[in-house]
Amino acid sequence: MTDTPYQKLLAKRYASERRFRAYGAIALILTSVFLLYLLVDIVRKGWPAFVEHRATFDVTLDASQIDKANPAATDYLVIVKDAWRSQFPDLNSRTDKKQLNALLSQNAAESLKQQVIDNPGLIGQTVRADVLLSDDADLYFKGLSQETDTTLLDRVREKIEITRNMSWRLLNNGDSREPELAGLRGAIAGSLLTVAVALALGLPLGIAAAIYLEQFAPKNRWTDVIEVNINNLAAVPSIIFGLLGLAMFLNLFGMPRSAPLVGGLVLALLVLPTIIIASRAALRAVPPSIKEAALGVGASHQQAVFHHVLPLALPGILTGAILGMARAFGETAPLLMIGMVAFIADVPQSFTDAATVLPVQIYLWSDLPELGFQSKTAAAIMVLITILFLLNGFAIYLRKKFERRW
Amino acid sequence: MTFWPLLAIAAAVIAAYLFSSRRALALRVSGRGYFHSLPSYHGLLAAISALMAGLAAFILLRQFEAFSALAIAAVAGTVAVVAAALPATKISAAFRARPVFEAIVLGILIASSVVAILTTVGIFASVVFESLVFFREINVFSFLFGSHWAPTGTPPAFGFIPLLVGTFLITFIAILVAAPLGLFSAVYMAEYATSNVRSVAKPLLEMLAGIPTVVLGFFAALTVAPLIRNWGESIGLSVASESALAAGLVMGMMIVPLISSLSDDIINAVPQSLRDGSYAMGATKSETIKRVVLPAALPGIVSAIMLAISRAVGETMIVVMAAGLAANLSLNPLDAVTTITVQIATLLVGDQEFDSAKTLSAFALGLVLFFFTLALNYVALRIVQKYKQQYD
Repeated sequence: MTDTPYQKLLAKRYASERRFRAYGAIALILTSVFLLYLLVDIVRKGWPAFVEHRATFDVTLDASQIDKANPAATDYLVIVKDAWRSQFPDLNSRTDKKQLNALLSQNAAESLKQQVIDNPGLIGQTVRADVLLSDDADLYFKGLSQETDTTLLDRVREKIEITRNMSWRLLNNGDSREPELAGLRGAIAGSLLTVAVALALGLPLGIAAAIYLEQFAPKNRWTDVIEVNINNLAAVPSIIFGLLGLAMFLNLFGMPRSAPLVGGLVLALLVLPTIIIASRAALRAVPPSIKEAALGVGASHQQAVFHHVLPLALPGILTGAILGMARAFGETAPLLMIGMVAFIADVPQSFTDAATVLPVQIYLWSDLPELGFQSKTAAAIMVLITILFLLNGFAIYLRKKFERRW
Repeated sequence: MTFWPLLAIAAAVIAAYLFSSRRALALRVSGRGYFHSLPSYHGLLAAISALMAGLAAFILLRQFEAFSALAIAAVAGTVAVVAAALPATKISAAFRARPVFEAIVLGILIASSVVAILTTVGIFASVVFESLVFFREINVFSFLFGSHWAPTGTPPAFGFIPLLVGTFLITFIAILVAAPLGLFSAVYMAEYATSNVRSVAKPLLEMLAGIPTVVLGFFAALTVAPLIRNWGESIGLSVASESALAAGLVMGMMIVPLISSLSDDIINAVPQSLRDGSYAMGATKSETIKRVVLPAALPGIVSAIMLAISRAVGETMIVVMAAGLAANLSLNPLDAVTTITVQIATLLVGDQEFDSAKTLSAFALGLVLFFFTLALNYVALRIVQKYKQQYD
């Protein structure tokens, strides 16, 4: 081995080559690790929201407490709570009773009530009731409770039969103040309404603008202004669009606060540049020979564009539109500005009802102090990300299927 | 309320198209000369005039509370039919329906592209007008150079400097994370990665780019911030629970895909002949990248980083959820600081009176933010234009 200066230098250069390459790989790996950690963390936190605990115990449906003619009018929660407390005969101080009651959900009697309405013959008998536990108890049985004093819950665990079920409340219920009952139905409906408005406005406007700029616009100062303006608009922070919605749509035009209509309008303006830029790229990708051939056999300029160029560009345009829609689905900040942040338990029925959307619901829940909402928030994120991945996957599928090299 | 009128208009439009196109066809078949326009254009012209007139009538009548939905439907439908009858009566061989229709379509296309301009004008107007009202109450200089921000205090203080410093601190951390990660990923993907690695890494980066910021905010506030706090305290540092570091780190990760995809494009645009020349001189791959490719791509990379800065400055949800509300004037990344966007969001969420300086100050902040991002984008664009080298 002769270590000539030349070889030393070469070894050094090769080492620096390997280092440089490693930096690149490390950067990619770090980014991937971050993404995976994020997703795993969300799933780990959100998974418990799809599980709920129920207590099963005997409830005597005393005939004197229930109106036989109209079993729906009875307050079953009282009956269930009485039966629940009677499971612990030695706990009868006021605070004990209160603590026991707090272990049942506000909705605890819901399934029992349905049972009795379906089968009034049960009145006067003793039935095994399946009762939803409250958030605190539920967290304890999931092993997530941060409560220090668990003597009562330990006793419940010994004495009462607790079952663990899958729960789709998150998707079926509206919002609620009780973590164990809160669901996303209203937020999902609000998101769909809002994005529908955004798409119904943004898509035709965006495609029309792209067709004009790409196919018809003369090259002059005016079209330059439009072009620069669209590029700038694409880079304006989304919260500024919220200010526009607040000052223009709400204050100047007097549109309703918190409505999907206004949210959709703002989001339409927000995704407009994205759709225009994607559509223009798709239109540009169609070779000019197609248009020229159409013009050559006597088509008018518009016939050439609408009958020949546009259909070929449509897959690309749709891909851009879906990506714009995915962006609209995940956007939060501008919707905060126009008041879509209120607590709304009902599912919105029309474009002018007060509503909230999925990302805003996530923001609202993440702010709540109850521990139970933490897993609900993460689960809501799982729902949102699933929707976005499906949309993006669909866009990629479209692109792959219709991609053409000319 | 809107269903019946729209149904009436739609019925009128379809009827107009069918009637006019069939009539033109019938006339042509019966041999009334050589038709200038195809029958469908006569139909389309009738349909579009019906649509525009019907919608105009509908929007006009909606302003009056007195009319019922059915009354509006009847009137709008009639107006649409009358409007369709105008071109329909002119159907003949000589009537140039296609140019008229195409002129209308072109008008619609132009109007659509003007919407983007109107949006900018709308943004500008709404931010500027409310800011002017604000600056009538608060001196511009005490706003721009004041070092105390307490919009809800008594008396309220509107000193912008703490927000600016907070915004820059978080943006700085974000860029410190994102620039090396994004740039090195881009270099690796463009120069080293096999097509297999690329086909995995690219979708991963796109996935990261597609994650909504509210999700990143949740992650920053509930996972990253406690982690940093625990690490910091285990080595004896006092860390605020809403530290600038947590928000900045996660924001940096948000920007990585932006920088890497822009830089990737730019690096790929550097012609192969430059690399080949460098290899021919005996340079290794990394030497070629460092001495030839990156300098050639530098303007593009600088503009990518400027766009990233403008994204970070305007980003809202991550900082709303993970950064603080208190306007501390601090450069310590472990302290809680607040940003421009956080203040805009918190000042305007919930019910608010529009005449109070507190809410108006949000628009003044919006004005600053708008111009700052606009200026960054403009400069980024100019850098690319100025230093763009024309290869081949």
